[in-house]
Amino acid sequence: MPEPRHRLMDYVREEIMPHRFCAGCGCGTILNVFTNAVANIGLEPTRMVCVSGIGCSSWIPSPYFKADTLHTTHGRPIAFATGVKIMRPDLTVVVIAGDGDVAGIGGNHLIHAARRNIDLSVFMVNNMIYGMTGGQVAPTTPEGVKTATTPHRNVEPPFRVADLVVAAGASYVARWTTYHVFQLMKSMQHAMTKKGFSFIEIVSQCPEYYGRRIGLRTGVDLLKRFKQQSVRVVKAQGMTEQELQDKIIVGKLCDLDRPEFVTQLHELTNEQVELLRKETTN
Amino acid sequence: MSLTKRHKKGVELIEINGNLCKGCDICIEFCPTDVFRKSDRLNRKGYYLPVVAKVEECTGCRLCELLCPELAIVITDERKPGNVKVNTTHGD
Amino acid sequence: MVINESRRQYLDRLGGKTYFILGDEACAYGAIYAGCGFFAGYPITPTSEVAELMAMELPKAGGVCIQMEDELASMAAIIGASWTGARTMTATSGPGFSLIQENIGYAVMTETPCVIVNVQRSGPSTGQATKPAQGDVMQARWGTHGDHDIIALSPNSAQECFDLMLDCFDLADVYRTPVIMLMDGEVGHLRESITMPEASSIKHTSRKKARPGEDVFGGQELVPGMIHYGEGWNVHVTGSTHLPNGMRDVSTPRVHDDLIRRIYRKIDENREKIVRIETDIDDNGRARVGVISYGATARPAYGAVRLARAQSKNVDFLRLITIWPFARKQVAQFAEDLDIILVPEMNLGQMSREIERFVDCEVVSVSKIGGVSHSVDEIHKAIMEAI
Repeated sequence: MPEPRHRLMDYVREEIMPHRFCAGCGCGTILNVFTNAVANIGLEPTRMVCVSGIGCSSWIPSPYFKADTLHTTHGRPIAFATGVKIMRPDLTVVVIAGDGDVAGIGGNHLIHAARRNIDLSVFMVNNMIYGMTGGQVAPTTPEGVKTATTPHRNVEPPFRVADLVVAAGASYVARWTTYHVFQLMKSMQHAMTKKGFSFIEIVSQCPEYYGRRIGLRTGVDLLKRFKQQSVRVVKAQGMTEQELQDKIIVGKLCDLDRPEFVTQLHELTNEQVELLRKETTN
Repeated sequence: MSLTKRHKKGVELIEINGNLCKGCDICIEFCPTDVFRKSDRLNRKGYYLPVVAKVEECTGCRLCELLCPELAIVITDERKPGNVKVNTTHGD
Repeated sequence: MVINESRRQYLDRLGGKTYFILGDEACAYGAIYAGCGFFAGYPITPTSEVAELMAMELPKAGGVCIQMEDELASMAAIIGASWTGARTMTATSGPGFSLIQENIGYAVMTETPCVIVNVQRSGPSTGQATKPAQGDVMQARWGTHGDHDIIALSPNSAQECFDLMLDCFDLADVYRTPVIMLMDGEVGHLRESITMPEASSIKHTSRKKARPGEDVFGGQELVPGMIHYGEGWNVHVTGSTHLPNGMRDVSTPRVHDDLIRRIYRKIDENREKIVRIETDIDDNGRARVGVISYGATARPAYGAVRLARAQSKNVDFLRLITIWPFARKQVAQFAEDLDIILVPEMNLGQMSREIERFVDCEVVSVSKIGGVSHSVDEIHKAIMEAI
């Protein structure tokens, strides 16, 4: 008897399913939500280019989501994506990669892309650890946690990456967790249809290499914790720094309209070509 | 195990793909109306799959379908056809 | 590769005339002639002029130019852009060249055509930022990790900075590989007369496109056809070891072996088509001393050879235009009747080591570092001593 087939399986490289993500991994949920978001806005995958870096979440587009894919070097998907978008501004270019990748080694590319306001959608999967390599500390790991490279305890404070991206100048920034699937889906839809640099920080569960280290060994346990820790933006505004200490602030952090970079770059070229044409015909 | 039960709001079909499910229990835990329970029988892959215990409680919210990391849950809701395929099988 | 209207309009104003410009500038014009559609770079001495000229001129020719936040982002951007079908390039010098090695390896592994200009300066590290050197020869060959082959060309005049760019872009497309234009600061900052041809006289070689369903990373041919983004084929490009269809497979030893060897063979088995040299062999065949040089050093080297000949000495001369793949057959042949080969270079003997591998005679490295190129007299003295 054939197994039931999800209605969005056409968007996935089905021949390699089930995917390699661990049981209960947030990456699987994000693949699910992303696929729904793409279908909901009527975006054809043939009009997309999905770019990713190195890490578990970079496997969401490479190889699972079926579209033109660019699986790059660690930390650099945004830089690669910039080249793609500049030359094919008509395609929807999406970057899906992890916190270590996008905000750690790739932090510089992130802030510059936000500053330029390039029409990209960056979905940063934040599992607060370097999962693929076995659970080393990440720039987003909370203080005190014992990881593979902070076996005694982590003495570094973590980044609030989404806040950083707002400050750098992005058009649309939001933070959700893999518990908030409907909100995340709508957020992704908005990000992919809005012109400008869109960034969603997706707090996601890594049961095997993060959860295990903080005593929350399953996807279920971590998701329950996310649910409990989440505070909506508006509510957070009325809370003190101390109260927000272990909280995850979720929701839309900014949604602006700013001039988009690639458009301006092409305008410059068109302008120069036109000037030359006028000169030549005179 | 039959999953098709005439619901007072419309026919709903909740299916779990036994080839994809990894027994993570997220659907069981987060269903707002406790539709699922865990099977007490190992499937051929060594997982205890979720089984639909109370299909009449299903409100068609699709939270399970969207949360599932494996895309293993397929909800068929005649009230919202969309591009839904109708299946009558259950992975075991 | 299509030369579109804006490009033609731009080139028609340039063609058929002579200009007095820097090697760096000639390089940039060469790229525009070659149809470069996208340039990404970062300022660095002595290469900034390439980026500056591209920024000024490329938009006029219908292309797009961007200064990225660092060199490796520039390298990343040109690879991404190459997969949309454009001819792309970046330009840097030693410190930047070191930074982009990882992404060069990515271009090798994914068989992405692109051109990297390295205007060598005195290193290691910051070194003598404004002084020329030829110290990146081995780095061009082995800078990125893992087994790979590479194509690198070295011009010795501003005219060659222009001409060889056309070759670089063609080679990159034909062999689906990154190609390094290994200039040196001497030639890069040399102002010389160059002639730019009529655009219509240039013949370009395009990349081979794969037919739908064909493998883009393997198959029957050594160089597979390419598919670009946005053509609807869901092409999967990855730096991980992959199957001929692009899908990752890091567990099967055979897959890796096949892939890496094929990428290697692409250049190795086409060595004779790629290698370019220039020789001046003594007619009477009595020479026992030879000089092999490349880049800016080749000019005083050749001057020294001619000076020696004016004194009735027999000396043979060979100039390497392609640095990699190495012209082993040609060099071996050159060395056949020789007793000594002198290799003047602005490094501590990187090329002489390579030459040694393929010749039986003595190889003497005429090294000079410190940021000043060899003089004719210095090399001439070495020749006379050898004789």
